[in-house]
Amino acid sequence: MSLDLDLHCTGQQGFQLQLQSSIADQGVTALYGPSGSGKSTLLDCIAGLREPGDGSQISFRGQQWLGHGQAVPVWRRRIGYVFQDARLFPHLTVAGNLDYASQRARGRPALERDRLQALLGIDELLPQKPDTLSAGQQQRVAIGRALCSAPQLLLLDEPLANLDPMASAECLTLLQEIANQVDLPMIYVSHDIEELGQLADDLLLLQKGKLVDSGPMMEMSSRLDTQLAHEEQAAAIVSGHIKAQDTHFGLTEIEVEEQVLYVNLLPQAPGSSRRLRIPARDVSICRERPAQSSILNILPVTIAEITTSGGAQLMLRLALGKQFLLARITRKSAERLQLAPGDRVFAQIKSVALLSEAGDAV
Amino acid sequence: MPLSPAELDVIGLTAALAAVTTVILLVLGTPLAWWLATRRTNMSALVEALVALPLVLPPTVLGFYLLLALAPDSPVGMLWQQLTGTRLAFSFSALVIGSVIYSLPFVVQPLQSAFQSLPAGTRQAAATLGASPWDQFRSVVLPISRRSFITAASLGFAHTVGEFGVILMIGGNIPGETQVLSIALYDRVETLQFAEAHRMAAGLVVFSLALLFFIYRQSGASAWRVRT
Repeated sequence: MSLDLDLHCTGQQGFQLQLQSSIADQGVTALYGPSGSGKSTLLDCIAGLREPGDGSQISFRGQQWLGHGQAVPVWRRRIGYVFQDARLFPHLTVAGNLDYASQRARGRPALERDRLQALLGIDELLPQKPDTLSAGQQQRVAIGRALCSAPQLLLLDEPLANLDPMASAECLTLLQEIANQVDLPMIYVSHDIEELGQLADDLLLLQKGKLVDSGPMMEMSSRLDTQLAHEEQAAAIVSGHIKAQDTHFGLTEIEVEEQVLYVNLLPQAPGSSRRLRIPARDVSICRERPAQSSILNILPVTIAEITTSGGAQLMLRLALGKQFLLARITRKSAERLQLAPGDRVFAQIKSVALLSEAGDAV
Repeated sequence: MPLSPAELDVIGLTAALAAVTTVILLVLGTPLAWWLATRRTNMSALVEALVALPLVLPPTVLGFYLLLALAPDSPVGMLWQQLTGTRLAFSFSALVIGSVIYSLPFVVQPLQSAFQSLPAGTRQAAATLGASPWDQFRSVVLPISRRSFITAASLGFAHTVGEFGVILMIGGNIPGETQVLSIALYDRVETLQFAEAHRMAAGLVVFSLALLFFIYRQSGASAWRVRT
């Protein structure tokens, strides 16, 4: 049971989308790629807002949406779509917009209306017209409206792109909560890998209309052979759970593979799991554990792989138990330390990297 | 000074003609405007030009061709005779046909503008929420372009009240059947009844001004989107 795609689509200026893939029927699947890679085109084809070329096929949970000369129209596909620009109905209030979706829902929405409104924090906005809302509020209403229509698949097209950093962080946290609480497959288009790091379970990498790689998010982010490792903001994602709160120093201890990482105080209770994004540029390597260092997070790791990312720099893949970190260091340092795969070394992680990128608006 | 029965007849006939014409125009003009707003082909450009034609042609040209088309020995005239047993030329029905064609751009163009200025993604959003095309039109397009419908109806009505040339050509001047206000005014002037002519002319000025004032007040200057 999944979303099966076989698409051939010709767009403007000779743009071609050629893609065969199967997308999981659960969790969040991210479509990632530079602009012009065909992410949004792909999403519109799935929604039925755009008709791909002859021979294309789309089926969802065994139901043929497109193929053999037939196409199920958008409004019968039971999808939810969160657009980049909210697209609330200007003639209806916030409550009216939600009602519009509820009245056309075929089936029970995954979240009751009251709970949904409370979760999104839009209770007070109900009597207002969309043009009186901020961009962040509009997007929260749009997310609520999409969920009210009781979709079987939720599509999101760069929903945070038009928001300021504060509103964006808020919305992202909400989407994480929704993804955790609701059993609803989501396809999330973004060009922001940090956003995806926090939300996505699976990742499809697109480039020039082609699928270049795909796999689980955590695994993809720590591989050296994908496009991601070559990007400036390359980062590994590790998961751990909150072990203790150190209120005296304002830090939270997170246990990752039996090691402890210190991050800025997080609001969650001990025991809850967290994903951490650790940028490769913020990880440095020592042969021996530095005895006196201002850096708190020093972890014993094993070098799994070394690749040149071009020029003066090297990329290291470091095994931490079953998870991996990435480190970008200079070729000169690597030679001086005589680093080789299999070596046991220490990874120094600048705390700030964890703090600012853990995604919490603390 | 109270209105004479003859004057009341004229006003009643004019109002009836304008009302019937406006209803027919809304029914025909809405799908036509929708089609013009959503399709961009040579065919639609031609149709758009045809719709706008009454704006630039002298009404007498239109009236002349209508007179030929509706004459008792024309195909349309003969068909009408067979179906209804009455003559089409110089009848109220002929006036309605002429008015519908003559006022068509005044209804179609505001609606077309409204449909074109509809935010592109709004209908898509409705579709993703499970609204069928008809449902999208009813629940999203109609309410958002409500003001343009009021404008279109008002303009269609006012323009029909104000038409002269076409009616003169195809309606003749039959009191109670085809004698509308503008014709009656012409008739009074011809027969030197200036007092009555004054009242009709002033009445038309006041009515038209009031209606245009109403249109502009409810939707601003953008309501007048008739393009030649």
